[in-house]
Amino acid sequence: MRFLPYVVAAWLLLVGLYGIVTSRNLVHAIICLSVAQSSTYILLLSVGFRRGGTAPIFLDVPVGTRAVDPVVGALTLTDIVVGATVSALLLALAVQAHKHHGTLDPERLKPERD
Amino acid sequence: MIVLEVTVFLLVAAAGTAVVLTRNPVNQAIVASFYGLVLGIMFLVYQAPDVALSQITVGAVALPLMILLALAKVRALEGSRRRDDDR
Amino acid sequence: MTPRLRRRVFLVAAAVAGAWLLWGLTGLPDYGVYNGPYGDVLNRVAVAERKATNVVASVTFDYRGVDTMGEEYILFAAVLGVATLLRAQRDETEQPPDEDAADRHAPATSNAVRVIGLGLVGPVVLFGMYVVAHGHLTPGGGFQGGVVLATGALLVYLSGEYVTLRRVSPEVLTDAAESVGAAGYVAIGLLGVVAGATFLTNVLPLGRPGALLSAGTIPPINLAVGLEVAGGFVLLLSEFLEQTLVIRRPGEVT
Repeated sequence: MRFLPYVVAAWLLLVGLYGIVTSRNLVHAIICLSVAQSSTYILLLSVGFRRGGTAPIFLDVPVGTRAVDPVVGALTLTDIVVGATVSALLLALAVQAHKHHGTLDPERLKPERD
Repeated sequence: MIVLEVTVFLLVAAAGTAVVLTRNPVNQAIVASFYGLVLGIMFLVYQAPDVALSQITVGAVALPLMILLALAKVRALEGSRRRDDDR
Repeated sequence: MTPRLRRRVFLVAAAVAGAWLLWGLTGLPDYGVYNGPYGDVLNRVAVAERKATNVVASVTFDYRGVDTMGEEYILFAAVLGVATLLRAQRDETEQPPDEDAADRHAPATSNAVRVIGLGLVGPVVLFGMYVVAHGHLTPGGGFQGGVVLATGALLVYLSGEYVTLRRVSPEVLTDAAESVGAAGYVAIGLLGVVAGATFLTNVLPLGRPGALLSAGTIPPINLAVGLEVAGGFVLLLSEFLEQTLVIRRPGEVT
């Protein structure tokens, strides 16, 4: 139990990379990339978690109650939104690749030699 | 509480594996939406409500939407290309 | 390299990398035990110093404001990239949508979907504005609220009213919203320079923790980020949707 989150994070990273390496469709590879990105969120939040702590919002609890680390939460929440937008950019690239080559298969998208 | 945490972690690992093993992108978009929801639940167990809100809106709504729109565009291109070849 | 050989090589490399990764990760402190000083210091002083009860928001927009500015510009650049990639190339022309209508088998949206979708647009937009405005008090903020606002526009499209979507969010408006949001962040940062301190210092009056108008520059920055994220996502949605309804082929004349 002491290392379960870290094992899950490492597993998700490797599974995402496996999906990208053995992918037959560019859109499938992009979604596997987002899975690999989510492993970093899990790692960040595991580092900052305190057992028995509450959320770092002090609107209704007095200042000084045990709370989890706010810094890793701040890092992760912007990361999630930006990661989705970069995935959108990759999807636009995939659409353009299909427009020019007629296929989404990375095996058949070799650079043209002429 | 420990049981809840262990269950959520194992569910996240299983959902992530399912996303990768689904090869068809249309099905994968739905599984990715479910994975986003499970991640949001895990962030709630981590006592990080900001992050959970962000993950649920983005990972369960915006990302599958963009995937499906890109796939619709690719399908429309294929359809028009096939129609031009028949013409 | 054949796919089978590639898969085998990857599995070997993944085993080595996984072993190394786990060996490194077990050197971290045990899960659930947090010793680091910064989180405790911030939790103790942030509410008193910045009068914002959401410590995560005060870290994102005040203590580490420069990082968030960089992340916001990553978002801006990605949306710019999508718009550049999906616009008409020099040798492509547009086909009007009705030319392909005979081939499209899209079913008409049912009345239930339309009623629920359009009925929910108002509450969703209101909820998005609430999340943006209360970012410094309760969980939320510019990023989350901006995405919720963009979801309101998505609901209009899902109810089958694409023409209404284009009329409600014309390109000029979304472009303006996104640019005002992106520039507003820097403008608020420059307020600090004008007031004689460093860039992005919190120079507006701080108020009382728990009030809506408190925490100095954090609510205006939330507003700017919310505008930018909402405009960015609606722009992404419009770019992809335009592509599905108007096909551009190289060299064809309509």
